Amino acid sequence: MTHVQHHIPDAMLKAYASGNISPHFATLVAAHISMCEICRVALGAHEAVGGALLDVTKAVDVSSSLKTDVFSKLDAPFTPKPVFDRSGIYPGPIVQAMKGQEPRWKSLGMGIRQHIISYDKQGSLRLLYIPAGQAVPEHGHNGLELTLVLQGSFSDETGQFGVGDVEVGDEDLAHVPTADAGPPCICLAATDASLRFAGLIPRMLQPIFKI
Amino acid sequence: MTQQCFDIPYAMTLTPIAVGRERKLVTNKRPKVSEQTEWMLAVRDSRDRDAFSHLFDYFAPRLKGFIIKTGVSGAQAEEIVQDVMLTVWRKSAQFDPHRAQVSAWIYQIARNRQIDMMRKDARPIPEELKAEPHQEDDAMQILAMDQEAQKLKHAISKLSKDQRVAIEQAYLGELTHQEISDQSGVPLGTIKSRIRLGLERLRLELKGLRS
Repeated sequence: MTHVQHHIPDAMLKAYASGNISPHFATLVAAHISMCEICRVALGAHEAVGGALLDVTKAVDVSSSLKTDVFSKLDAPFTPKPVFDRSGIYPGPIVQAMKGQEPRWKSLGMGIRQHIISYDKQGSLRLLYIPAGQAVPEHGHNGLELTLVLQGSFSDETGQFGVGDVEVGDEDLAHVPTADAGPPCICLAATDASLRFAGLIPRMLQPIFKI
Repeated sequence: MTQQCFDIPYAMTLTPIAVGRERKLVTNKRPKVSEQTEWMLAVRDSRDRDAFSHLFDYFAPRLKGFIIKTGVSGAQAEEIVQDVMLTVWRKSAQFDPHRAQVSAWIYQIARNRQIDMMRKDARPIPEELKAEPHQEDDAMQILAMDQEAQKLKHAISKLSKDQRVAIEQAYLGELTHQEISDQSGVPLGTIKSRIRLGLERLRLELKGLRS
């Protein structure tokens, strides 16, 4: 287990516990928890509150056949849902999101590559590959962007982020993340809105690259 | 801006972590844990149908009441209850009383089930912790977990009606803050502060019980 310094914001853990976030963010949160014992325990705390609420909920009678139905199925064969294990640097939830496939990298220029895992009106989930020493063009955010480091590390105005760390970008953060020396930095990035690039050219390319 | 977590009640930090195993307690006498925990352990360890019957009688009506609050019909709620209770039986081996209370574990199964029903893809969940070679249950820690659940229940029962409703809505999920606001006709700011105050209150309650 790596030494994680930057965690999932607690409000987002709560949203994850209760199912209030998009699948893009949910995948990133589940991936981080797979790497971070602290956030696993924090999620457990939210589930404990959820459980306590369930415990004190006023009971509503269930129909008499429900119990018979459930008992009649206890011995019935069933197919468990597939479990996705970690594969290399990718925790199980990312492997699940990629349906067990390897990433298919597309060049974004300057040695930076990306693999879009999913993209819809709720936002996007993608992998980014940034060679050591390379900076990602300065960009701001229209919404929320969470970045989870899977390999290597990057630094920006707010600090350094290594394997397992999560950076939270919102409307207030305009930053130039730069991959540190060492192996290429590979990150998982989840957004709920497009990014705003400062330079004109990246902005023109934005619709093409779907970022 | 990078945020750190932990501004919400930390149920789990209340649990004294047992350092070293209290063998005497494990082998000689078993402190009284709640009936729900006893039943769940009997299901897990001996596939005890009587115990499962008790679990069903306790949780099925509460689950139905809980799920109906998300706006689901009674019939649909019963379908979900059936799936959840079957999962409790089938996945009982995954229940770890050192990490989760029965109600918290079932809450999380219920949330997963409801979210899966609304989406095409299965909800991403963190990797399971690799089970250590089976160790004896640590009765002290299980008891501590159990007592914490009691404290949480007590804390929730002391909330005002508004606070209770706000927390329920936050933990029932699939309702964003905006949706909560639309539903209740209360302005968003008020809802947010209600949730915050509710959690604040819960945290204070928990703090008072900490010593």
